[in-house]
Amino acid sequence: MSETTVLDESRDPLAIAEEWTDGGRDVALATVIETWGSAPRPVGSHLVIDADGNFHGSVSGGCVEGAVVTEALDVIGDGKPRMLEFGVADETAWRVGLSCGGRIKVYVEKLG
Amino acid sequence: MKLDSLKALNAERRARRAAVLLTDLATGADRLVREDDVIAGELGDAVKKAFRTGISGTVQADGASWFLNASLPRPRLVVVGAVHISQALAPMAKVAGFDMEIIDPRTAFATAERFPGVPLYADWPEPVLAAKPLDAYTALAALTHDPKIDDFALKAALDAGCFYLGALGSRKTHAGRVERLRADGASPEQIGQIHAPIGLDIGASSPAEIAVAVLAEVVRALRTRGLGEAGKARAA
Repeated sequence: MSETTVLDESRDPLAIAEEWTDGGRDVALATVIETWGSAPRPVGSHLVIDADGNFHGSVSGGCVEGAVVTEALDVIGDGKPRMLEFGVADETAWRVGLSCGGRIKVYVEKLG
Repeated sequence: MKLDSLKALNAERRARRAAVLLTDLATGADRLVREDDVIAGELGDAVKKAFRTGISGTVQADGASWFLNASLPRPRLVVVGAVHISQALAPMAKVAGFDMEIIDPRTAFATAERFPGVPLYADWPEPVLAAKPLDAYTALAALTHDPKIDDFALKAALDAGCFYLGALGSRKTHAGRVERLRADGASPEQIGQIHAPIGLDIGASSPAEIAVAVLAEVVRALRTRGLGEAGKARAA
């Protein structure tokens, strides 16, 4: 994970996740666990999501964030982590559009 | 992720210390590992590698599937001396992913015209390093040949445990430097960590070629942290 010399608190997903939970919000964290082929964001990248669907960060540079946010709302609801996979071989992926031709696996979990 | 793990991870990142978050993908249980923590077995080997390379990934170890998320501070390169080599080094270091800054109290050298876009401190190393301390993820290259400027910064880098220290100068210049650092309380073991003559031996002759040699040596030091001499030779 690349970061500036001093943590950029206003843009860093993990700093935002901490701020949101401290503020009493229910939060889910999505993390890129594996990538195959050309994937826009490296393994370890995060997207943080709250129960209202607000999100920060990126797991795919915008291609599959919508689908991840939808799943994250379920994860916040029932507390169970989920493993999501997106790729060109997958019909869902076509629909949500990982157009770069790569495949990614995203782990979504509730914080706390 | 446990909230405690998130807070601990962010605290390490704010302090510019490395950490690896281990997640058991079957159970979702997680644990934050710091660089000094000792973990046995296959998982321990994978964690060590993650600390060295900064690369995150999934590993099968000890009968379970783990995700290792490595968080390494972005490496800094502090260069003492706004000299010709530094002019070539600045753009190369940036491309290689290092935040480079330059310290030189000689205001004729440390000018924005000579170093466009590079953080530049036209002051002595003492006040600059007091305000922005060196750390384990910082490399220091002393390039002025002037003991009045270089020596303090080198001693500060030794005390801060910088992952790389290099000093420009002939073997004779370095011998004098060693004597002064010893008198200043540096141990022979510490002094042995200083790369002098500076840079990998690639037969560099121009300032730009010396900059390549220095940067290559810095990268090697970063990516072989914690390896024994045999491992360093393999990695080289």
